[in-house]
Amino acid sequence: MSGIAVQDNGSIQRQGYKSRSGSRLVSRHRKMAGNYAVAYLFLLPGIAVFFITIIFPILKSLQISFYDWKVLPGIPSPFLGFGNYTRAFHDPIFWRSLVNSGFYMLVTVPPQIILGLLAAMLLNNKIKGRSVFRVLFYLPVVTSWVVVTLLFTYMFSSDGGLFNWVLKDVLHLVQHDVQWFASRWPAMLAICALGVWKGVGWSMIIFLAALQTVNPELNECAALDGAGSFQRFRAVTLPAIRRTTTFISIMLVIGGFNVFISVYLMTGGGPSGATEVLLTYMYRQAFSFLDFGYGSAIAFILTGIILALSGVQWKFFRTDDK
Amino acid sequence: MIVANAKYVKAQKFGRYIALCTGAVIMVLPFAYMLSTSFKKQTYLFEIPPRFIPKDPTVSNYVNAWKNSNFSRYFLNSLFVASISTLITVLFAAMAAYAFAKMVFPGKRILFIVLLTGLVVPTIVMIIPQFIIAKHLHLINSFAGLIFFYIGGNFALNTFLLRGFMEEIPGELDDAMKVDGANSWFRFIRLYIPLSKPALATVTLFSFLGSWDEFTWAVTIINSDDKKTLPMAIALFHGQHATSWGLVFAASMIAFIPVLIVFLLAQKHFVQGLSLGAIKG
Repeated sequence: MSGIAVQDNGSIQRQGYKSRSGSRLVSRHRKMAGNYAVAYLFLLPGIAVFFITIIFPILKSLQISFYDWKVLPGIPSPFLGFGNYTRAFHDPIFWRSLVNSGFYMLVTVPPQIILGLLAAMLLNNKIKGRSVFRVLFYLPVVTSWVVVTLLFTYMFSSDGGLFNWVLKDVLHLVQHDVQWFASRWPAMLAICALGVWKGVGWSMIIFLAALQTVNPELNECAALDGAGSFQRFRAVTLPAIRRTTTFISIMLVIGGFNVFISVYLMTGGGPSGATEVLLTYMYRQAFSFLDFGYGSAIAFILTGIILALSGVQWKFFRTDDK
Repeated sequence: MIVANAKYVKAQKFGRYIALCTGAVIMVLPFAYMLSTSFKKQTYLFEIPPRFIPKDPTVSNYVNAWKNSNFSRYFLNSLFVASISTLITVLFAAMAAYAFAKMVFPGKRILFIVLLTGLVVPTIVMIIPQFIIAKHLHLINSFAGLIFFYIGGNFALNTFLLRGFMEEIPGELDDAMKVDGANSWFRFIRLYIPLSKPALATVTLFSFLGSWDEFTWAVTIINSDDKKTLPMAIALFHGQHATSWGLVFAASMIAFIPVLIVFLLAQKHFVQGLSLGAIKG
């Protein structure tokens, strides 16, 4: 709607320029211009900071990724073209990081959607202690990544940690203590466990809000027609929350590829680079090796992957609509 | 038939509670473990079986963290940085949201799309050029460097949420004030700010917690001890004293308790805010 309004006023403004003889139009034009100035003044402070801290860096990042960027002033930075990008293509650690990021995304996104939706459906009823449950499920979401990562590191300690005690002494699933952080896949699983635990509450809250907009009469009608609870879920609930599911799915995939702090603090990418993900690798290239060009190229590849996946999901859920 | 149905409903209700309680225990157990560990002496850290009620509990971890390890200082640093950046970002975002919601100007659509781009592209992807810019502006190792970039980082989401709310405010009041000759700034302060209070509470909470919990940018630009914020101080402390879990978790509790209090007092606003953003998005 706003776009049309803008165009309307844009044409009024152009008319004003053309027929300066029409005094009514000129005064109207002046008044409009005055209003524009007020609007821009309201926007200016925030937009200025936003452009310096977010938009300019996005563009700058693209530029840096084409250079062998020198950090020290006065030293010329050689232009590499797509050199940094082809380097990533031939870099085995880059590929391993990409696989690890993808693994984290694939393992953490479905449980967050399924468990989040399940919890939301359980809470979408008149039930005692509803708000208490809601708070408890959401608590990990508001806690800082640093705190929960250290907490899980402690609980996954190989010697006397809570998880090993549960697995070995309570459930008898394993005979010996698991060395969680000594090899790639156990370490990745520990990182994924943290990701799911921290994220379920977020999707639950958003699903809950969407479920409350579902018309209860539809459900009752379906029940009268003899639909079972699973059929009702498929025929009534799922279509009603399709938009929300798209939103959650896109946000979780973005979040999954952006896994950083948990890996950085839990394993540091180790042992010997086995659990490196794209962002820890990017961060190490930039701030340990001062290779800003290569780091920026990795960041841009990641951005490209995120945009592509968001687009695919958007399309997938949309065409499903018809 | 009716009896069987009632039984079925009862069983269903029971099952629902079992599932919810299992989930709740899984969510809370790690926090309980953290709390209990923060009161444990070093010798009891890796006891088998683990105890949730510590044997001869001690507050020495808290005393140590607060006094000897300088966490009182980091607490004040975090409080200062998070408060100032929240105040400024909410004001800037409210002003921009007002313009987006109620004013007409050329470039509105494009500007809004640019704003949404800022929501999709994650901040850490831009950390390299942000670091270079901060260096040029002499903002490395300063609170100003943290605050300036936290404002930019929170601006897009806040503006987006507030715009959605302000659009719903009916225009009649605005028109009445206009007829009385009130200018835009006056209407913004006297009409839109008071009417947007619930949404403002939400974005204030989100911004504060976001800045309070922020780690990556802080650890990238801060390098002197007296300017550390809580999350980076906790992480670095753990790096130096890997096995002093009692101390690490006492420090973590110092960072976590304010979050818990704010969250419990204002959970209504959290839920409102999330649904506001999600459903409209």
